[in-house]
Order: sequence, then C-alpha cells, then structure tokens
Amino acid sequence: MVGKKMLVIDQSWCKGCGICVAFCPKQALELVEEKVCLKADNECVLCGQCELRCPDYAIWLEDLEE
Amino acid sequence: MPSELVHKFMRIDHLPHIWCAGCGNGIIMRDVAVALQELIDDPESGVSREKTVIVSGIGCSSRAAGYMDFDSIHTTHGRAIAFATGIKFAHPELEVIVLTGDGDCSAIGGNHLIHAARRNIGLTVIAFNNDIYGMTGGQYSPTTPTGDVATTAPYGNFDRPFDIAQLAAGAGASFTARGSAYHARETTELIKQGIQHKGFSLIDVFSVCPTYYGRKNHKGGAVEMLAWQKENMVPASRYYAMSEEKRRDKIMVGILTHNDFPEYTQQYARLLERAKKAK
Ligand SMILES: Cc1ncc(C[n+]2csc(CCOP(=O)(O)OP(=O)(O)O)c2C)c(N)n1
Ligand code: SF4
Ligand code: SF4
Repeated sequence: MVGKKMLVIDQSWCKGCGICVAFCPKQALELVEEKVCLKADNECVLCGQCELRCPDYAIWLEDLEE
Repeated sequence: MPSELVHKFMRIDHLPHIWCAGCGNGIIMRDVAVALQELIDDPESGVSREKTVIVSGIGCSSRAAGYMDFDSIHTTHGRAIAFATGIKFAHPELEVIVLTGDGDCSAIGGNHLIHAARRNIGLTVIAFNNDIYGMTGGQYSPTTPTGDVATTAPYGNFDRPFDIAQLAAGAGASFTARGSAYHARETTELIKQGIQHKGFSLIDVFSVCPTYYGRKNHKGGAVEMLAWQKENMVPASRYYAMSEEKRRDKIMVGILTHNDFPEYTQQYARLLERAKKAK
C-alpha cells in the first residue's frame, strides 16, 4: 500500500544551487536568501523530482504515519 | 534528521559533504545508495550490506567512499581499480564497487581500467565523469571535449577525448553503460544491473562540475549543465526509436555492451580445482 507522503526541507543542508527549483515540474519551489523554500501557494504534487536531483539531500519526501 | 535513505546508507556525521553547490557528485552518490538499497531489500539479489565493499581513489568524486556507510577504502590516485582487484581476488564472494573520477580511472588509472576490463574481473566501476580534474583546480582530463579550456589548456584543449564506456568495452568489459547526473532514475537502474552482472561492469556517468568546468567554458552553472544533459542525452528506448539523423547529435543513456564472458575469479577457482586434481 502506498501511504501518504509529505515534502520535507532541511535548509541547513541546502547550498542554494537551484537544481530543485529549476526541475520541479510545478514550479513549486523558490530560493529565498539562497535557501530552498516551498512557495506559499503550495503547488507541490509530491512527485519526488527534487529529491532525485538534490546533490545535498536537503529536500525529500517522507512517509506520513497514518 | 535527513531522509531514511541518507540516514541508512551515508555517514551523516560527515554531511553535508564538501562538494561545491550544484556538483553532480552528490546526485550520483545518491543513485548508488538507491541502487544498493533496492538490491539489499530484494532477497533474490544476493546483495547484502555485509558483503559489499566500496573502493575509491583520489579526487572530489572519490570522496564518496568516505561518505557512504559501508565497508569502504579510500585509496591512492588512480589505483582504486588495482586495490579493488586485490579485494575481489582475495574474497570473490564480496560485491566490490569502485567509485572513481574520469582522471582517476582513465588518466593515471587508465592502465588498471583496461586490464581489469580485459580480465573481466567482477567489479562494478562507477565513473563520476565531469570532464575535468576537479580536486586540483581544473586541469584537462582524458574526457575533456576537444576545444574546451582548462587551467592547463588556456587556449583550448586539442586532444581528442576518450569515451570511457567504449574504452572499457573495447578492452573486454562484459557490461558497459552510460548514465548522467540528470537521468538519475535510469542511472540508478544501470548501476543496479552493473552490480548484478557477474563480470566487469563499467558505468560511465556524466557528471557536472560547475566550478572548474561549466563556468570556465561558458556552459553555465549546475542548472544549465543538467539542462544540457536533459536535452542532449537520450535514454536508450527513445534513442533507438529516433531516426539515424536525429541520433547523430545525441548521446545514448543506457547499456552499450552486455556479454556473458567468463569472470576472472571464477576462472581462477576452476584452475585451482584442476591443479588439485592433477596432483
Ligand atoms: C599520484 C598522484 N598524482 C597526482 C595527484 C593529484 N591529484 C589529485 S586528484 C587529481 C585528479 C582528480 O580528477 P578526477 O579523478 O577526474 O576527479 P574529480 O576531482 O574531478 O572528481 C589529481 C591529479 C595525486 N593526488 N596523486
Ligand atoms: S515533490 Fe515534485 S512537485 Fe513537489 S517540490 Fe519536489 S519536484 Fe516540485
Ligand atoms: S570542484 Fe567540481 S567536482 Fe569538485 S566538488 Fe566542486 S563542482 Fe564538484
């Protein structure tokens, strides 16, 4: 069974390369002062593309406990 | 707390790593971790954490062996494959994975690469190929494209580059493939297949070094370099569906060769059997 997921960001590991921002299919992310943030309108569809390409493991999807 | 994958397979007390912002090494190291996780989680794969060894040489990319939470050995420049050959020969039951750079495996270590390929010893070599010597400040490597500048080629490099996967295939490697930092899922799959393959496997993964290669060659930063890979590198299924003319400017991501040649340590075991019987 595929459970619900949520997007997690650890800004302390983000180096501001902008890869996740550029390749997010929903343009849901932005850099604020060189750190990744989810934009306020939250367009994230939990596809995991950002986690796949973040070279610093600063953004990922986590299983939500039921 | 980082993701479960990172927590489980990397030494988190050594993270965040020292690689530059946007360096492809972090992406490729994650592909290796995912490939190993999926194999370890699959009881039929025969891969276990206890029987996996990670070997690297020297270079930015070679630091990956220190970040991955496995039995690992960070050796000397160019000699990763030589050390790995020794480990595999002494303990053929181990899964020996080499993480190396284009300089490490095709310049100073080129001799070890071709002979390990020729012997078809069961190593899995993952080349983090960023077209440059990153660690020492951007000297050209055997994979730097002709015409590009480097600190040792300020007027442009006139050497012709190696295609590492083709080089290994020509030297006799039984599994050769090409991946890229952008094509993370496809690359992970190729790494999995390389690990499962019994003979010598080489996966040449095109990385990005925005610091010493991209920006110096006006190829942009990490985002532009990955966008280039997205545009110009095409997964095999789509690549072979394209017309020959369209293929000409594209680079295939996928398997180049996959053969069932005899594996070196198995050959040696057979030799021992024969020698014992002859006594
Ligand atoms: C015997 C020896 N020669 C030269 C060096 C200097 N050196 C360190 S890393 C390196 C090249 C690294 O390039 P590559 O293997 O492509 O790795 P990258 O840093 O680009 O990931 C060189 C020449 C060394 N450490 N040892
Ligand atoms: S999970 Fe997908 S949609 Fe959500 S932020 Fe990451 S890339 Fe964008
Ligand atoms: S110099 Fe290049 S290869 Fe080395 S960490 Fe920086 S971006 Fe990566």
